[in-house]
Amino acid sequence: MFCLRSCSRSSLFKLLSNSRSISSSCVDPNVGLTTDEIEYRDAALNFAKTELAPNMQTWDLTEEFPVDTIKRSADLGFGGLFVSPDYGGLSLPRHDGSVIFEALSQGCVTTASYITIHNMVNAMIDTFGTEAQKEKYCTDLSSMEKLASYCLTEPGSGSDAAALVTNARKEGSKYIVNGSKAFISGAGATDLLVVMTRTGGKGPKGVSALIIDTDTPGISYGQKEKKIGWNNQPTCVVNFDDVEVPCENLLGAEGQGFNLAMHGLNGGRINIASCSLGAAQQCLEDVVQYTHDRKAFNQPLNANQHVQFKLAEMATEITTARLIVRQAARSLDAKEPNAVALCAMCKLYATERLFKVCDDALQLHGGYGYLKSYPVQQFWRDSRVHRILEGTSEVMHMLVARDLLKHL
Amino acid sequence: MSGLRVLVGCKRVIDYAVKIRVRPDSLGVVTDGVKHSMNPFDENAIEEAVRMKQKKVVKEIVVASCGPSQSQETIRTALAMGADRGIHVEVPAGTDANLQPLAVAKIFSKLVEKEKPDLVILGKQAIDDDANQTTQLLAGMLDWPQGTMASVVNASDGSLTITREIDGGLEDISVSLPAVISADLRLNEPRYATLPNIMKAKKKKIEKMTPDKLGVDITPRLKILNVVDPPVRQAGDKVPDVTTLVEKLKEKGHL
Repeated sequence: MFCLRSCSRSSLFKLLSNSRSISSSCVDPNVGLTTDEIEYRDAALNFAKTELAPNMQTWDLTEEFPVDTIKRSADLGFGGLFVSPDYGGLSLPRHDGSVIFEALSQGCVTTASYITIHNMVNAMIDTFGTEAQKEKYCTDLSSMEKLASYCLTEPGSGSDAAALVTNARKEGSKYIVNGSKAFISGAGATDLLVVMTRTGGKGPKGVSALIIDTDTPGISYGQKEKKIGWNNQPTCVVNFDDVEVPCENLLGAEGQGFNLAMHGLNGGRINIASCSLGAAQQCLEDVVQYTHDRKAFNQPLNANQHVQFKLAEMATEITTARLIVRQAARSLDAKEPNAVALCAMCKLYATERLFKVCDDALQLHGGYGYLKSYPVQQFWRDSRVHRILEGTSEVMHMLVARDLLKHL
Repeated sequence: MSGLRVLVGCKRVIDYAVKIRVRPDSLGVVTDGVKHSMNPFDENAIEEAVRMKQKKVVKEIVVASCGPSQSQETIRTALAMGADRGIHVEVPAGTDANLQPLAVAKIFSKLVEKEKPDLVILGKQAIDDDANQTTQLLAGMLDWPQGTMASVVNASDGSLTITREIDGGLEDISVSLPAVISADLRLNEPRYATLPNIMKAKKKKIEKMTPDKLGVDITPRLKILNVVDPPVRQAGDKVPDVTTLVEKLKEKGHL
């Protein structure tokens, strides 16, 4: 299966001549990577620059969910990065996933983020599913024949995820699902949902995960939300009205759903942090060029020590954040005892600090930073939500504190 | 026509997006720590070979590169795009900057003797030296027909019809096989190296060779005297009308 480009190379040359990369320097994402990892990054970056970057701003304005482009990324293997090759996946370590998602985000944060969510769901089924479930769902998810969404948050519970009320009542060979999920990325455009429901008593131990096909009768969607960013991903409430789900679609054991959800989120946090890395990296590359080109008071902006120092701070934040994100990924791959806390730390640090890098980049662009014709504002808007979803920065604090205090 | 064997050449060059800096000794450009990738025209060459293989015109694609040890990365990219096996002719790092088209053509003519391909496809020119010589030199050495600057290639019984991009426009020629052709940018749109193919490529063989083993003397025949930046672009003048424009052009000796 080969993957042809949609954008011609001559137009790409024109695009790139306007933004020389600042690789081979202190912020080079290639530093510390093996030859293989560099090849993966190159493949992802190539796709990002050719297919995503030229369309990023249009997609944001038209709020189009670029399903064709997303599915084309599956030809490159981006549909099942962490899934077994038996089901079309690549079994890559989380570390390589981070490298790939960072590169994709340099093209479009929103599209890259959706791809991370899809991969998170695919990996959850591959890790916890039965043979039958994996055969039925994972291959199609790896090829992106089907797209997936992850349903945990509800109108009444986000950070307090264990307080979810969507329930699944067992009746013979079926679960009957009733309730609503909120802020669901991809809702309305995806084919498969992994839904955390209450099958037992209160709290986390009463939660079970169900795989639900979106064409099951009883599923309806609220209006597409109007957001500040992540505009080329639909976000809706998903309503379940006596939705009948066969028992074979229980993912993992009854009562295991919460653990499953949290397990998925560990990887998800590394992925979202990686998307923030891509956004900040691209913002820095753009602003280094801008402060070279733009003149004020008879000299380029970057002749000013303040500007130089600001760029140096931004670069330091990026390289530092990259280190903790990649370390968290390695920790998760090695199943180290501190992995959960490290994933929380990496998301906390990277999403917060790198949003400020995007903010600084916007400021350095002056008035032009405020215009939608410049990409910097979109990286700023798109990466703002990374401090909130897949676990708010506040919840990340809770997880790290819990790890510190548990030995007392 | 089917079952052809193709030898494709590729070169590791400084990536086209990199800002080039002249070395302090003015004898070349800085290559240390600078991003390198496959020469863009070579991507077109490999893509064409892979498409011919998909059409079952070609049976086997061998990709060869002359350069330092890092040239293996370029060969791996070609393998990930669909080439079957690779040959790395290793030239010590440092001397690779002076590996000139004549030497490369000689190396390739030895590879042709060894591999006996029906067709050799090279990129039209490398973006570092812009020589556009290797294809022509190689064809001369082998006494094979050449189809350079190809933007369309069609295969039919024992020959190829090629559309060449020339100064005057487009020229259609027919070359009998075996032949050497060089790929132009508009020949095709190179495919992405997909992750699964990158992983599969790791299992494909790369044979190592040296110019010595092939009996080729790669001593440069041309000596680089000086490398300088192009002059800084000067601001232009605005003129009110065509008459003044013509006057100014005459003044400056351009007319």
